[in-house]
Amino acid sequence: MLGFGLIKGLSVTFRNLFSPVFTIQYPDKRVGVFGLAKSKNKSVLALFKENPKQILIAALGMAKVKVKIEQSPRFRGNEFVWYDDRCTACASCAKYCPLGIIEIVTHASEENLQAGGNYEIDKFDIDTGRCMFCGLCVEACPYDALHMGTDFEKGNYLRSELVLDKETLISQVKNPSSWFRPQFEENEYDPWTSEVSDSKEAGRHEKPNDEKIKQDWVNKRKFNG
Amino acid sequence: MFEFIYNILDFSIDLFIKDIKFENYILTALTGIIIAFAIINGVLGGVLALIWGERRLLGRFQQRTGPNRWGPQGILTSTADAIKVMFKEDIVPEEADKYIFNVAPLLLVIPVFIIFSVIPFGISLYAVDINVSVLFILAVTSISGLSIICAAWASANRIAIFSALRSVAMLISYEIPVGLSLVGILLICESMSVMDIVIYQKIPFILIQPVAAMVFFLGSLAEINRTPFDLTEAESELAAGYQNDYSGMKWGLFYLGEFAAAIAAATVFSTLFLGGPNGPILPGIFWLTVKVIAVLFVIIWIRASWPRFRIDQVLNLAWKGLFELTLVNIIVTSIAVIIWTDGEANRLIYIGLANWIFAFPFVFLIFKMLKTKNYDSDNKKLIRYPVGSETPKFHKEKN
Amino acid sequence: MSIKSEPITINLGPQHPSTHGVFRMRVTFDGETIIDVEPIFGYLHRGSEKLAEERTYTQVVTLTDRMDYVSSMLNNQGYILAVEKLSSIQPETRGVWLRMIASELQRIASHLVAVGFLIQDLGAWGTPLTYAMREREKILQMFEMLCGARITNSYLRPGGVFMDAPEQFWNNLTSFIEEFPSAIDELEKLLTSNEIIFSRTKDVAVLTPEQAINASITGPILRSTGVQWDLRKNDPYDFYDKVEFDIPTHNAGDNYSRYLLRVQEMRESLKIVKQCVDFIEPGPVRPHHDEVPFLLRPPKGDCYVAIEGSKGELGFYLVSDGSISPYRWHVRSSSLINLTLLRDMLIGTLFGDLFVTFGGIDINMGEVDR
Repeated sequence: MLGFGLIKGLSVTFRNLFSPVFTIQYPDKRVGVFGLAKSKNKSVLALFKENPKQILIAALGMAKVKVKIEQSPRFRGNEFVWYDDRCTACASCAKYCPLGIIEIVTHASEENLQAGGNYEIDKFDIDTGRCMFCGLCVEACPYDALHMGTDFEKGNYLRSELVLDKETLISQVKNPSSWFRPQFEENEYDPWTSEVSDSKEAGRHEKPNDEKIKQDWVNKRKFNG
Repeated sequence: MFEFIYNILDFSIDLFIKDIKFENYILTALTGIIIAFAIINGVLGGVLALIWGERRLLGRFQQRTGPNRWGPQGILTSTADAIKVMFKEDIVPEEADKYIFNVAPLLLVIPVFIIFSVIPFGISLYAVDINVSVLFILAVTSISGLSIICAAWASANRIAIFSALRSVAMLISYEIPVGLSLVGILLICESMSVMDIVIYQKIPFILIQPVAAMVFFLGSLAEINRTPFDLTEAESELAAGYQNDYSGMKWGLFYLGEFAAAIAAATVFSTLFLGGPNGPILPGIFWLTVKVIAVLFVIIWIRASWPRFRIDQVLNLAWKGLFELTLVNIIVTSIAVIIWTDGEANRLIYIGLANWIFAFPFVFLIFKMLKTKNYDSDNKKLIRYPVGSETPKFHKEKN
Repeated sequence: MSIKSEPITINLGPQHPSTHGVFRMRVTFDGETIIDVEPIFGYLHRGSEKLAEERTYTQVVTLTDRMDYVSSMLNNQGYILAVEKLSSIQPETRGVWLRMIASELQRIASHLVAVGFLIQDLGAWGTPLTYAMREREKILQMFEMLCGARITNSYLRPGGVFMDAPEQFWNNLTSFIEEFPSAIDELEKLLTSNEIIFSRTKDVAVLTPEQAINASITGPILRSTGVQWDLRKNDPYDFYDKVEFDIPTHNAGDNYSRYLLRVQEMRESLKIVKQCVDFIEPGPVRPHHDEVPFLLRPPKGDCYVAIEGSKGELGFYLVSDGSISPYRWHVRSSSLINLTLLRDMLIGTLFGDLFVTFGGIDINMGEVDR
């Protein structure tokens, strides 16, 4: 009443003038002299002896420092992690994808056996240009061969380069995220700093041997009629 | 200052060439050009600084950094803006009236620079001293209304005409309170010249005429189309209103003219009410700059905190609220001026006290214009059942 | 002697800074008074209901995220409840508690968007909006910890929730519960007793309870007219009958009460979250895939389940014919039905009230057009 509501509004904004900024400047942020020293873990004097010009630039407020955004380990990033020796080309991921962007072509062969059978994979394409990163393919994979990735800066100039083919997936750096893969969360895994390149660490269980598979098949037939 | 530069020019030209015909007129013209050049460049530099300052300050009010990429702390952002605007394509709509369309931005920008010619920047730093400068300032600021209606009508665009008509109604209505609020000061100083008003202000007039200061401040905000009165280009409703069809440097002139008008309003307010270049030790231009920056800070602070009015509330405020406040102010001040005549010691203090005691309480009546009497504090607590009914009609009882 | 004036028609087109999405209105003015409003929508239609006939029941969850993109957990919840009712699945207890926490957090986020953008349309140049977004950012970071995505989270599955919450989530949630009331207080202090907001929103676009009920309006709009109807109390689902909360009701029916109601509802949702955190117990969050297979085949039949979404009653009607895809899926979208009363509310008001009323109804074009 009587104009005091307006004054209260002014006071709230005034108080926020002195509170710290909550936005993040990405990909690099401008720092002053002390910020530069903190980011390089040295004192201001040491930086001055090393290169006096950078202190001048920082004093004007023009020095840049790279910024990393905090992400949770379950983040569904813009890439995929595929372990080709765990994959059996069962195509569950391709069937489960709502958009139908995974393409798998195989042929039967007795050599070059993958971990699970007698198929050799010719083509394993994921079209990230149309993908919505829902993660249903990762949920569907029974052998923990496909995982979501962590990085999201995957801009490209051509749409055809957005299709990840088999060689790209094999040769990529593998930072799987722990979306639907609780085995990664058991020991404080940070997908940014550690890399899982050994396919044996990537799965929840190992492939049972042939004897056991045959026994299970027989048991199911015998006891379930 | 005029004679100073005139003498320097005369002396330096006499060193080289002895006898020119019409020497008087040439020297006068040259002096005028130099002074105008200095003022326009100063104001343009101020506009660039204001654009940067406003964006950074608005960002800090909203707990974010403003622009800080170009140049140290982002100073060159407005330069980058200006260069971008200059390179854009200049589009004139097919049904537009070409001559008026092209002239309209100029009508907004030029009167603003003219105001600065009568403002004293120091004890003898002024361009021109007219003995009716207050009237001159009021007359020149009303030309900007013409530019808005020219721009909208020439664009042949319905939404532009909509916003321009609102703006013209607002500008016409607010000229009267702005003009009448200065009558109190004129009664005290007995002169219409800005130089005399500045010399008279031993105590700044904002303490002596609080009601007039408030009315003048709000009226100036309305004249420069700023929050809470920025409904002409209410971006969330009409998306730039009368400036819709302008592109390139013509739009740049509109943008520039708005900020220059803000600086002009702040300068006039600080000259008439805050004492202008008066101040101890340091030169007058320093104190004037400090006061202008303080007034601009308040303008930006208001922009960051308050939403905007609707057109009928704005007009109600002008005709029923501020106009009557100015009348009250005139009555109280004229009675006080007669009682404590010129030449009495501490005259200003007595007049100020009379204003604070008798005129200021009327300010609270303005809020009746804003229909705030419907507020009931019941809304602060939760109401369980529809108030006014005995049984709750639509509440399913749990069995 | 009266002056003859001619009404003009303006097209506030699909691209506009203040319509919440792509929405077109043809408004007829007489001076500054609105005579007629004709809303035209359908610019965001993606055919979700037809697409669902090609997808399995779990894949449809990704479609529900994208309907009302500001409150995707609530859409997921409604759809999953319909699937569970159709196939008679018993959800896991811990999954249900986690579902409720996620839904109420999502309701807070959706109301923050509504309030922030309402004040932005009033002209406050972004300051209350940034304060609201600052709080919403904390909620979205918590969602990222839960399910890896901030907005289009497909977090719910038939029978419960997708994955259990990590340790870091509970820490964040506790600090959020402690800090959020002071943030709402700051927002209220800035806005609730502001005279300009009073004069813009009080007694503007008033709705009577009879009008609202006859037009099937639900949600905060109905509660602002005086009818106390909330599906969480009147027809409880999940475990809403085990937690205590109030339902704010005002009886003014104008824009101001709609704005204030949403702020009060945020406080109530925070109470629910606090109680859920106290009640939750360890256990599985999702039934084993022997009981509820990945490819669900519900028995033949149909069902309709409605939940209290952030904008009103969100209803899902599913028809199944025994195969892996639904035969027909229809959504009773609250925004579309609330939009039908726009014309009656706006006739007779001034142009300055158009976008304020529109923001007060709080619609989302993703839900209107599906």
